[in-house]
Amino acid sequence: MNTTIMKIAGIDLEVLDSGNENAAKSKPLLFLHSGMGNDPWQSFAGELAKQRRVIAPSHPGFGQSSLPEWLDCVDDIAYLHLELLDRLGVEQVDMVACSIGGWIGAEMASKAPQRFRRVVLIGPVGVKLGSADKLDIPDIFAMPQTDADKLIYKDPEKLLPDFSKLSEAELATIFRARETLALLVWEPWMHNTKLKHRLHRVIAPAMFVRGGSDGLVSANYLEGYAKLLPNARTTTISGAGHLPHLEQPQALTSAINEFLEK
Amino acid sequence: MRAWHFSETAYPYLPPADSYLSIRVSLPNKLYDPAKGAALYDRYIDEWLIAEEEGVEIMLNEHHQTATCVDPAAPLMLAALARLSKKARLLILGNPVANRRQPVRVAEEMAMIDVLSHGRLEAGFVRGVPYEILPANSNPVRMNERHWEALDLIVKCWTHHDGPFSHEGRFFHHRAINIWPRPIQQPHPPVWVSTTSTGGAAQVGAHGYVQATFLTGFDTTKRIFDAYRKGWRDAGRGQDVPIDRLAYAALIYVGDSEARARAGAEKLLWYVQANKVPPHFANPPGYVPVAMNVQLARGAHNVVSAFGTKQATVDGALEAGTMFAGTPDQVLSQIRKHSDHVGGYGQLLIMGQAGFLEHDDTVHSIRMFAREVYPKLKELYPDTMISGFEHAKAAAAAG
Repeated sequence: MNTTIMKIAGIDLEVLDSGNENAAKSKPLLFLHSGMGNDPWQSFAGELAKQRRVIAPSHPGFGQSSLPEWLDCVDDIAYLHLELLDRLGVEQVDMVACSIGGWIGAEMASKAPQRFRRVVLIGPVGVKLGSADKLDIPDIFAMPQTDADKLIYKDPEKLLPDFSKLSEAELATIFRARETLALLVWEPWMHNTKLKHRLHRVIAPAMFVRGGSDGLVSANYLEGYAKLLPNARTTTISGAGHLPHLEQPQALTSAINEFLEK
Repeated sequence: MRAWHFSETAYPYLPPADSYLSIRVSLPNKLYDPAKGAALYDRYIDEWLIAEEEGVEIMLNEHHQTATCVDPAAPLMLAALARLSKKARLLILGNPVANRRQPVRVAEEMAMIDVLSHGRLEAGFVRGVPYEILPANSNPVRMNERHWEALDLIVKCWTHHDGPFSHEGRFFHHRAINIWPRPIQQPHPPVWVSTTSTGGAAQVGAHGYVQATFLTGFDTTKRIFDAYRKGWRDAGRGQDVPIDRLAYAALIYVGDSEARARAGAEKLLWYVQANKVPPHFANPPGYVPVAMNVQLARGAHNVVSAFGTKQATVDGALEAGTMFAGTPDQVLSQIRKHSDHVGGYGQLLIMGQAGFLEHDDTVHSIRMFAREVYPKLKELYPDTMISGFEHAKAAAAAG
């Protein structure tokens, strides 16, 4: 698949576009990645691209995308990716979005509902549902990394790379992603206070997905989030944590294809 | 040379360190006994005032959610000292302005203390150690940019006297700024900034503010001071950097015998030994640049948390130049060796109390320093001296 750099709003945006080969079969699919810098999401996007055209930008500050000084919140990225669709001349897409990508996607669908035919949000963050005295999403930056890994992965040892074997460039990408994630989610922690009052605008049928062992996005949170949309259902992928596209790619792909093909 | 007695007003009465994960950020405050804390405040204030009696200046700082420094609102302590002291300069080092939401409020606090103390304030600004991020709920990314916008705005608050002005910056927004009182010192109180990076030091030098660095030993201090001097010269401030623009903070204990000095030095090490902080508090994302995190992942030494990882023995600390301890002659020679290595500094920040160093021992060292070391330092390093002079001369000679 081709990765190109597009200039949008002064940002060098890295965009992976599988092209028009499968365009006749279905709507193009917008894939929005999670906040993990070492997330090998491209292989999952490649799986999805077997059926359809997949458009997958790297968010600003991730991968090869630049991060301008003025950009500091998820809302900014939502507008940016909407402009990406304009620039590609894509009228309507299906969306698959993970974690903070799910937050970006939810913002986009609330701003431009008509642009989305069907929406799949996997372990999405972005809203505050619970009480003021308890974080909805655990603070992964205020705990040892090994504890955070246990919340993120069902089986950390199987998925985590051997960091000593990564190149300096790969390490730099990971640390840069972590820094950008912090910039975006620090305060309010992992949410936009306005988003839950906008989600009723979403038109597309939505499927909310979580890994059965997700330690960040709870089943209650997923249910509550889904209820903010007029037409959403939830499903669980067992044998996976916060990133089922890494731990259970086949089960997730089947669930996504089934939902999108309806 | 000017010397400053610096106390972190620590609360040392803690259970064994293996019973908690971190002395900072997450240590429950049920471990703090307010009655003992009140007695400690009394004692630490007394020690500052004894330092003043001995001709030494007063310095304090601010930390949050930690037993190592129970002074989460340093301007309050400074206000008390402004009334209790009579002649000492009062250095706050400093205000963590990247972690404060209202720079204008900080400008007001500092102006008020300057007036309360009849013009004795030295206003320091710090980026803040990484474990301050969580207590302040402050975004660790772009702190440096926030720091400088806040500092520039504060200086403008102090120096603008013609009614309200507005500030619509990148991080801070005010429509009508017009602080009362304004500072006594004109055009404004001396500004200090602490930094451990060469980029930061160059920026401080370009502004001409006083540059302070803490426990950075021989070579790191030299790099920082070199960067300051270069920043100063590049900004067109002239070739000569006055020695009073540079400050170094070390653990210092002066005793009337080697044995007494050794015992005091051992107790001072509490500063380093007690600083138990896990990595997730010590290096939040974005606090250091990506390139440095890559180096750290490759096993490089963490400059940021050097406080906690420096040699935790007296001999190690003496060798590293993070501690000066011994008899007056020994301490004088250690300071000279260090100062000459880094190009010379005119401000010595004495971390003179830590943990279980009791009142009498603390006072003994203050007096020994003030009476036996300080006069000689003033002679050796007069305020008219130029920092980096020897260094510059050698470079010129080398062509």
